[in-house]
Amino acid sequence: MSATEMSKLDALLREAEVTESGAYQDARRQMAVCNACRYCEGYCAVFPAMAARREFATADLTHLANLCHGCKGCYHACQYAPPHAFAINIPATFATIRQESYAQYAWPPAMGRAFEKNGTVVVAVATLFVTLALLLAVALVDPSRLWTAQTGTGAFFRIIPLWLINTLAGASFGFAILAMAMGALRYLKGTGGLGGPIAPAPVADAAVDVLTLRNLGGGGHGCNDVDDSFAQQRRWLHQAMFYGFMLCFAATTTGAIYHHVFGWKSPHAFLSLPVQLGTWGGVLLCIGTAGLMRVKVITDPVPVARKLLGGEFAMLGLLFLIGSTGLLLLAVRHTGAMGCMLALHFGLVLALFVVLPYSKMVHGVYRGIALLRNARERRARG
Amino acid sequence: MPDFSRVYDVLVVGGGNAALCAAITAARAGASVILCEASPPPLRGGNSRHTRNLRTMHPGPTQVMTDSYLEEEYWDDLKRVTAGKTDEHLARMCIRASQHAPDFLASCGVVFQPSLSGTLSLSRTNAFFLGGGKALVNALYRECARLGIVTLFDTEVQHIKVEEGWATEAVVSHAGFPERIRFKALVASSGGFQANRNWLREYWGDAADNFQIRGTPYAQGVVLKDLLAQGVQEVGDPTQFHAVANDARAPMEDGGLAMRLDCVPFAVVVNRDVERFYDEGEDVWPKRYAIWGRLIAQQPGQVALAVTDSKAVMNFLPSVYPPYKADSIAGIAAQAGMDAAKLEKVIADYNAAVVPGTFTPMVPDDCRTEGLIPPKSHWARRIDKPPYYAYPLRPGITFTFLSVKVDDKARVLMADGKPSGNMFASGEIMSGNILGQGYLAGFGMTLGTVFGRLAGEGAAKHVRN
Ligand SMILES: Cc1cc2nc3c(=O)[nH]c(=O)nc-3n(C[C@H](O)[C@H](O)[C@H](O)COP(=O)(O)OP(=O)(O)OC[C@H]3O[C@@H](n4cnc5c(N)ncnc54)[C@H](O)[C@@H]3O)c2cc1C
Ligand code: HEM
Ligand code: SF4
Ligand code: SF4
Repeated sequence: MSATEMSKLDALLREAEVTESGAYQDARRQMAVCNACRYCEGYCAVFPAMAARREFATADLTHLANLCHGCKGCYHACQYAPPHAFAINIPATFATIRQESYAQYAWPPAMGRAFEKNGTVVVAVATLFVTLALLLAVALVDPSRLWTAQTGTGAFFRIIPLWLINTLAGASFGFAILAMAMGALRYLKGTGGLGGPIAPAPVADAAVDVLTLRNLGGGGHGCNDVDDSFAQQRRWLHQAMFYGFMLCFAATTTGAIYHHVFGWKSPHAFLSLPVQLGTWGGVLLCIGTAGLMRVKVITDPVPVARKLLGGEFAMLGLLFLIGSTGLLLLAVRHTGAMGCMLALHFGLVLALFVVLPYSKMVHGVYRGIALLRNARERRARG
Repeated sequence: MPDFSRVYDVLVVGGGNAALCAAITAARAGASVILCEASPPPLRGGNSRHTRNLRTMHPGPTQVMTDSYLEEEYWDDLKRVTAGKTDEHLARMCIRASQHAPDFLASCGVVFQPSLSGTLSLSRTNAFFLGGGKALVNALYRECARLGIVTLFDTEVQHIKVEEGWATEAVVSHAGFPERIRFKALVASSGGFQANRNWLREYWGDAADNFQIRGTPYAQGVVLKDLLAQGVQEVGDPTQFHAVANDARAPMEDGGLAMRLDCVPFAVVVNRDVERFYDEGEDVWPKRYAIWGRLIAQQPGQVALAVTDSKAVMNFLPSVYPPYKADSIAGIAAQAGMDAAKLEKVIADYNAAVVPGTFTPMVPDDCRTEGLIPPKSHWARRIDKPPYYAYPLRPGITFTFLSVKVDDKARVLMADGKPSGNMFASGEIMSGNILGQGYLAGFGMTLGTVFGRLAGEGAAKHVRN
């Protein structure tokens, strides 16, 4: 065999190893139609990014899929949507590719399998950790404290000791951050990176895109949340969930600073900063997640990837439960119900940290990267 | 189940832009309206579902259009493409009214977008629908629902009873069941007959089998034929239609806009016998876009092949299906099933005739051939940089021009020249009144919107009196 023949064989073997899924093949076919049509160029960042390309390698499709915000605008506007033979359905196809890319770039790689039946995984982990938290509370402290009202400084830690909270939460959250960072690196490596060096301007563009969720605006007048009519419900509900989540995070952080820096121990007064942040954060988180679940139930099912629904509902449910148990904890913190509620809330938060890198939540990381890469390309295109 | 016992004020036949504009206008004027669309809901909207923009006169820059486009220029454009085969009175009325079409559509919830890309640069003359015609159609149907218009899908109007210039009732097939609809005024907006191959065969013979129908398969011309058979005056040449160069591999129906090929000005085009037949670089593509379908329809076998090279591939929009690609002209000929020696000779003769110039893709440049018949007047560059690319072409028929005659109030005229008492028409079904031949990009939607509004207004007024 000659050298060129050898390298050809090598190339073929390599190709066979990384055979693409049906979703990628279908996306490439659909992109060929879209790139000749381009009617949807005004909806979102995906179409201008597509128009700048003539060929769609696997990495390009992964990038475009993670750039897609699933707003469904291009589905309802498509003259080739099913039952047309071309059966163009970008939102559903790209959602499937996103999920496959989460699995492919998960770290450690073997954990990619967690995305297969993600709803089951998330629910199982949540159940496990709630049970564990309740059992631990019973095992480590006097069980009677679980039923009697605890008041005064350090009331919470008489239910679950602070060292335990710190160890479990710190370890799981720390690992989640590590796993997601590794995932981000693997994703960057696998999809051709950001396509070049990054200046401050595209970083600012991408930050605005993330913070305002601009691409869930349908080019200004809204998205097809439910049917072919336009609204910005999903955008505002996600904003409520996102900022609610961030406020809860800020609440925990300020709480920790109060404790470790100033030596101010919980429970804090209702009007104190941590409690206020947590309360409003919890309210927003509940509104956002409940609203998103409602939209999911009533929306036109065709542009939706059904396989992914389990994982999405499970994550929305988990976040809703975290928000609502947090609020309930506030309401009952001076009563005998506090103990159980704390264990429940803590168990749920712990479960979130554990599943974080193997759930819907990684979309923030990959979408952030896709938005940054797109901002760079857009600036380079001029 | 709709109430078929009731007498509606207005029956609108069709479910595309022209029908929807009429229905909305009539309902806003207070009439009770029933609309029959032959297609099921996902395929509603006829050809309008496939559109991109409409051509509107405007005295100055608007939010979605640049510069200005005045009546005289619009009229000149129309006169040129139709070679004067038009009705100046109707045409000018339509042009003037087109100024208000975008505002009307916007009032129905249609969203416009500045044109961003694509090789058909029309942002001065045409307003683009955000998301295209399907998004427009969706918005119009939502407005219909809001106004309480009774909208029936899967409902084909099969016969209109006409007595002495008055339409009295319609025979329809509703979800496969025969029904009757009674009304006081009728608006016919059911499009052309281009999807009716048997009818096309009457004029084109076997060639009609090779025509691709770009848009809706529901354009069977049932109501057009029915009205013309009952004393309604006919206008327009039955052999005339709008047709573009489509990818020969496209579906025979409903392939839509993405199947058109924009490579012609940057290529050399030969027919089945490997002969060139027309100046590929006559004018900028938006102005020549609409003649190539007809040119190919007149070639043997109704096929052609556009050959170009790697210099030019980025000058036009990509095709959906991959082009033929080879390192030699003979390789291209093999893929296209053509005589290699002949194709090589055509390309060699062409290359020899190219005179050097400065290539500018968007405006007519000085790259042309000398001593070649037919010439290539612009964008002529040597085809010599492999890999070579080629695209097989067939005629893609957009819509036919044979029409019912109307006046400037969209009233249908009877054979004796008198307007019908209660029949109106809008859209493709009356396009032949203005389009004797030729076509201006974006005029179909203008025609439907302008005459749709007039028809709706007229129908509602008739009912009130
Ligand atoms: C691919 C493509 C792209 C185009 N792009 C543009 C563009 O960008 N700009 C532009 O101005 N024009 C464009 N056109 C032309 C444009 O689509 C038409 O001129 C315009 O839509 C005509 O509107 P209409 O309502 O008269 O017909 P249509 O939109 O075709 O509507 C006719 C309707 O009548 C219904 N119908 C037919 N027979 C019956 C019956 N017996 N009973 C009940 N219902 C019936 C059909 O189902 C259909 O819904 C394009 C056409 C095609 C095919
Ligand atoms: C970089 C930041 C983020 C961006 C750009 C972003 C964007 C999006 C978008 C566009 C969607 C809808 C499409 C889809 O389902 O994939 C979505 C869904 C979702 N996001 Fe985010 N998100 C971000 C961060 C977050 C955070 C911090 C949370 C947690 C609070 C979160 C929770 C969710 C959930 C649960 C869904 C599923 C909603 C549903 O299925 O209806 N996201 N996100
Ligand atoms: S989604 Fe449909 S309408 Fe939009 S660009 Fe693609 S093919 Fe065209
Ligand atoms: S679903 Fe929305 S965000 Fe995704 S490609 Fe379509 S228009 Fe863009």
